[in-house]
Amino acid sequence: MSIALQLLFTGIGIGAVYALVALGFVLIYRATNVVNFAQGQFAMLGAFGMVITTEGLGLPYWLGILLTLAAMALFGALFNLGVYYPLRHRSFLPVVISTIGASILLTNGVLATYGPEPATLPGLTDLPGLNFGGLFLDSQYLAIIAITLVLVVLQYLFFERTLLGKKLQATSQDKEMASLLGIPVAGMIMLTFVYSAVLGGIAGILVAPILFVSVGLGAQIALKAFAASIIGGFGDIPGAIAGGLAIGVIETFGAFYISVPYKDAYAFVLLFAFLLLRPQGLFGEKVSQKA
Amino acid sequence: MKNPALALLGAAACVVLGLVAPLDDYLIKLLMQAATYAIAVLGLTIVLGYTGQISLAQAAFFGIGAYGVALGSTGLGLSFFAALALGTLLAGLFGVLLGGSTLKLGGHYLAMVTISFQEILTLVLTNWVGLTHGPDGVANIPRPTGLVAAPRYLALCLLVLFATAWAVGALKRRPLGLAMQAVRDNELAASVVGVNTYRVKIIAFALSALLGGLGGGLFAGAFRYISPDQFSFDDSVVLLTMALLGGVEAATGSVIGTALLVLLPEWLRFLRQFYLAVYGLAVILIMVFMPAGIWGFLAGLRPRRVAMPQPGGLVLGRAAGEGALLEVVGLAKHFGGLRAVDGVDLRVLAGEVHALIGPNGSGKTTTLNVLSGLYRPTGGSVRLAGREVAGHAPHLLAAAGLGRTFQNIRLFHSLTAFENVLIGAQAAGGAQAAERAAAALDFVGLADRAGAIAASLPYGHQRMVEIARALAGNPALLLLDEPAAGLNLTEKQALGQLLDRLRGLGVTLLLIEHDMDLVEQVADRITVLNFGKRIADGTPAEVLRHPEVVAAYLGEEAGHEFA
Repeated sequence: MSIALQLLFTGIGIGAVYALVALGFVLIYRATNVVNFAQGQFAMLGAFGMVITTEGLGLPYWLGILLTLAAMALFGALFNLGVYYPLRHRSFLPVVISTIGASILLTNGVLATYGPEPATLPGLTDLPGLNFGGLFLDSQYLAIIAITLVLVVLQYLFFERTLLGKKLQATSQDKEMASLLGIPVAGMIMLTFVYSAVLGGIAGILVAPILFVSVGLGAQIALKAFAASIIGGFGDIPGAIAGGLAIGVIETFGAFYISVPYKDAYAFVLLFAFLLLRPQGLFGEKVSQKA
Repeated sequence: MKNPALALLGAAACVVLGLVAPLDDYLIKLLMQAATYAIAVLGLTIVLGYTGQISLAQAAFFGIGAYGVALGSTGLGLSFFAALALGTLLAGLFGVLLGGSTLKLGGHYLAMVTISFQEILTLVLTNWVGLTHGPDGVANIPRPTGLVAAPRYLALCLLVLFATAWAVGALKRRPLGLAMQAVRDNELAASVVGVNTYRVKIIAFALSALLGGLGGGLFAGAFRYISPDQFSFDDSVVLLTMALLGGVEAATGSVIGTALLVLLPEWLRFLRQFYLAVYGLAVILIMVFMPAGIWGFLAGLRPRRVAMPQPGGLVLGRAAGEGALLEVVGLAKHFGGLRAVDGVDLRVLAGEVHALIGPNGSGKTTTLNVLSGLYRPTGGSVRLAGREVAGHAPHLLAAAGLGRTFQNIRLFHSLTAFENVLIGAQAAGGAQAAERAAAALDFVGLADRAGAIAASLPYGHQRMVEIARALAGNPALLLLDEPAAGLNLTEKQALGQLLDRLRGLGVTLLLIEHDMDLVEQVADRITVLNFGKRIADGTPAEVLRHPEVVAAYLGEEAGHEFA
């Protein structure tokens, strides 16, 4: 029993990271109807930002975080301008392929610059963690869960309670109508990319201490996040979070009870099961194509 | 079909190049790699180029084919060609399973599922040591007897490549290839003109997987040693880049792209470790600046020739019969809490022109979408010529004699006017389909624009092509969604005449229209909807004086009870 609880805790911790990346991915999908295949690389860049600023430049941890997030915001803007914006009037296919190209460019650009050797980072906190009668709550995982929780609440309040949040929602629902109402649609999409890149960066910063920082990190997280968003219900925000947590928990249990080498496969097995049995996901509604 | 003599000549050239040309070992290896990759890339031509579905697992299918040959020949003791067949069919089988589970859903699902499949395959190849020999790979893969010498084996690879490229190129103008392109250009429209879109997508994906497997099987024989890292996601990306660079919509483009990217790394050695990053950049730049790739760019400069038969008179072969052709009772379509269509009754008599009118948002188009099978009804019954068809798939309804057009025109924009109509005529089969398509295009007065690309036609002509496409399917009942929208006065008059001529053909028309002059001019009877319910039904004279109708349109006193 205590083993199961321990695994559950670890699974939720890693699942929170998947959820953050899935969230960024869903936000871009809702704003642009484009599936951003480079979303995982955002997390990879965030982790490398930390390695560069703290290990490379020797800056303090908090400053490293600030600089990394600022750089991610800038990167999100550049990504929009270079990868999405020139193709915004074209169909779904060219844009998706363009983001796949960006993903390859980022992975291999970083690989060529920093090499394949994984780096390690110290944890976010030095606190010892908590012990509940045999259940050990590692401080790093606690920090991940707490930060994810805060972010999700802040994001909810932002979308539901602020005018800017409402404008973003309006943009994602009907761009034409939004622009008729005077909402600067291009600006809203820019903001979405910036925010998604920052979210990805945070996920990378959070996960860096518990996984090795390597170029493979991006693809590894992205695939789980994609699976999470489908399992949750494509385009659904609470679904992305629930899906991310579900995958984190299931792969942790699978790795312990079934087999470690196939750890990365459980998410996909779950994904296939959903596609066959419940393609609309946990929370999704069956949507018809608009004729 | 192109000249068969040309085919023989090309095949001979492949053999000669392989056997006779003075190539050193290194160049032979390079050419083998290019040829086997190109076969797999041709699979992407079918699935991505023709059908518009993103597959990111081509290297996985390539790997299945390669392991099929490697393990089939070294482990099971099969002959090379038996092992090649095994690997190829295995890849195709996985393609069917993967496509079958995914292709009912939207476009991005396939991309994600293929990535997942790719990752799982890499895990299995690496970890299932008992079956695959694990990370060490499989060595000493035999080549077929008699083709062991490298130049001979190269000749085999080139020959298979040539045959594949020829077949894939020919497919583009065959009915199946046209159906694939229809799905790519406009899946909804493809379904209502009778294309079973799900089936076409699965076939495309399975063919693509087969070609991946075939290329991979030959690759295993070429290099005689394979290991899991040769079939990773990165390699799928390389194959995708090859297809895109050359031009994914034509077989020639795929071969050009593959040859360039196999040879380029040799020429671009100075890029060293950055060359994959450059691939990524190239993908973005191609999408932005040259979306049709090198060959697409070159081919776009040539005019398209169209082999359209001499048009004869259009004959619609379905007898109109007597009584009600379409009988709708209590039809309902709810979206969550919104009752877009809420218990509508509608009776369309055989041979009449029936208009469906109502204010914006009254549920007209939703009704049409339910009738043509795009939406599943929440409730109610739909009988077409006496048969219950509520909830049937669009392509089955098309086969049952239902044609439609869309308010916002939905043509297959990259195909010619004639090809658009030809896709609508496929039920007739073979030469008859071409004759029927020519007659339908002539009927709307556009026989002389047969070779024009649909997207390049003026708006009024696009409407006519869409009507011709629906007519080519030999409909008993034709649903027209605001055919007069956006037409100028002359075009509207021409449309009025066309509708009269359609009536002369014996086709029954159900027409949504806002232009009341046109409705009064052509309609025998009118049904009026408001807020998803029928509020009036009868001849134009009765209906247009009906107080509720007047209220719904002008918002007078009586209208309040509906607001």
